[in-house]
Amino acid sequence: MTLDHATAATTGGPADDSFELGELPAPPRGVKSTELLRHPESVLRLSEEEAQAPADPDDPSDDETTIMNMGPQHPSTHGVLRLILELEGETVVRTKSVIGYLHTGMEKTGEELSYLQGPTNVTRMDYASPFSNELVFSMATEALLGIEVPERAVWIRMLMAELNRMSSHLLFLATNGMDLGAVSMMLYGWREREHVLRFFERVTGLRMNHNYIRPGGVAADLPPGWRDEVLALLETLPPRLDEYDVLMTGQPIWRQRTQGVGVIGAAEAMTLGATGPVLRSTGIPWDLRKTMPYLRYDELDFDVVVGTYGDTFDRYAIRLNEIRESIGMVHQIMDRIPAGDYRIQDKKVTPPPRGRIDESMEALIHHFKIFTEGFKVPEGEVYVAIESPRGELGCYIVSDGSPRPFRMHIRAPSFVNLGCLPHMMRGGLIADGVAIISSVDPIMGEVDR
Amino acid sequence: MTAIEGDATEPTTGGPASDAETLLGFPVTRSCSQRVLHVPAEEWVATMWRLRDDEHFEMLTDLCGVDYLTHPGRSTLPPDVDPQRFEVVVELLSLSKTERLRVRTQLPAAAPTLPSLYEVWAAADALEREAADLYGITFEGHPDPNRILMPEDWEGHPLRKDYAVGRIPVQFKAPQAGRPRGR
Repeated sequence: MTLDHATAATTGGPADDSFELGELPAPPRGVKSTELLRHPESVLRLSEEEAQAPADPDDPSDDETTIMNMGPQHPSTHGVLRLILELEGETVVRTKSVIGYLHTGMEKTGEELSYLQGPTNVTRMDYASPFSNELVFSMATEALLGIEVPERAVWIRMLMAELNRMSSHLLFLATNGMDLGAVSMMLYGWREREHVLRFFERVTGLRMNHNYIRPGGVAADLPPGWRDEVLALLETLPPRLDEYDVLMTGQPIWRQRTQGVGVIGAAEAMTLGATGPVLRSTGIPWDLRKTMPYLRYDELDFDVVVGTYGDTFDRYAIRLNEIRESIGMVHQIMDRIPAGDYRIQDKKVTPPPRGRIDESMEALIHHFKIFTEGFKVPEGEVYVAIESPRGELGCYIVSDGSPRPFRMHIRAPSFVNLGCLPHMMRGGLIADGVAIISSVDPIMGEVDR
Repeated sequence: MTAIEGDATEPTTGGPASDAETLLGFPVTRSCSQRVLHVPAEEWVATMWRLRDDEHFEMLTDLCGVDYLTHPGRSTLPPDVDPQRFEVVVELLSLSKTERLRVRTQLPAAAPTLPSLYEVWAAADALEREAADLYGITFEGHPDPNRILMPEDWEGHPLRKDYAVGRIPVQFKAPQAGRPRGR
């Protein structure tokens, strides 16, 4: 079954073709952000103290609306997101998202860990796409070091990042389906995701939190027989995606639950800093892999999937079709992945091979130094951004010349995209709210860090 | 790395560029060949309006604080900028020009206060609350100046360099009164 092409058109083409960004709704000169939002008052400003203060039962001005709490233990809030909703009957008027239930101070922890230990920390932030986090941290460290990783490592990184995009979007389809009552989709989504994770386990030893992409390259080369496993995965997925189309995309109930629900405009999304599928659903073809290419994405042929209406259906259709684009990209990566080193042969960054440690005192000392003290990174600061499945994932590192980051900040796409939630929820029903939260696809580990 | 814009011959460490580059009259430095603009706190909002409307930086992608308590003599500042303990660092993105710009400002240790950018970009809402929560920087005119990640009754600002790791016992709220027992 084909998609409704009015809502899920594709733009762009091969990298050497000119990529047109099209008309951008630039904010008019001097216009405040609140004037760009359709309903700036849709954010509920209510401190914890006020929220917990008992209401005066005799106050008649308080009878118009009801304040209701949703989460943090609500199954549709994707972890520990808590929403305070102001309702008029069953219609949402204002929303406040309360976060921090998963805050464990990972940015503070990052200042205590050496650059080699850093990926073990950041990989736990966006646990649905850990490779993106490892990748952005490693790229930031490498930029500060001024080193270039070997070609094979670059392509392995792209392979893992695209497979991870597929697994992350499959998880989205599963939870999105479940939130809207399509429970069979939940089983299918998890089943297919598990297929991808089995491959990750073969390569990295772990299903999640891999610590595989490290400054200087990747931790290990791809295992023998990896091509067959990826090919088996790539053959399984397309017919299954077509099945999802039958199950959801074309279904009248699915469309009624998602089309025109949680609408956000392009100017609004831009001032709110939204990126990823949320921004693309408004029709802006902004994808860092295409517009500001990193790794070797400029050598791959793929389309940027954009929406038209900025609603929940567009965000669903974008992610579904991005899986298809990623399948095409993985095929190209497999054809072009070169032989060679999987990590840089720079003694400053890379520990000596295991065999050398038995025969060389210097190698032993060198190994010990790298794993205890770590390597020093020149003083400076850098911000590197990549396109994670959720949007622009950025890493800002300040180095003071020591083996540990002086400041390590992760710009989490879910954290910023959550700001769109009150604007999408206004005027909808509580049941639509469930669909909208799911369409933003927040990962709370990354929101709270 | 391909992620870094600009050409590779630029100096990769901080410090002023060779011909003292400026933008809107403020000094620009390069770090890893990325452009960094240094704006004094008193010109903060006016400069941001000009960056959005004249230089077409339509999006504010990131805002974070940095505490330079234990690293005051940093070399990434231009010579005429007086280093202070706190910094607020902003990442701007221009979709139409496909470029990024980093803006840094210095805030004194005694009263780290900065006007809010909420009216320029609504994205500053949550990002400024995070910097206020974790660094104790006050953003004047912010519509919701409450803590965002830590509990509202938390004491201290965890990302400050003088906030020790693991030495402070976890702050619990006062225990609730016991449940009345049925007989």
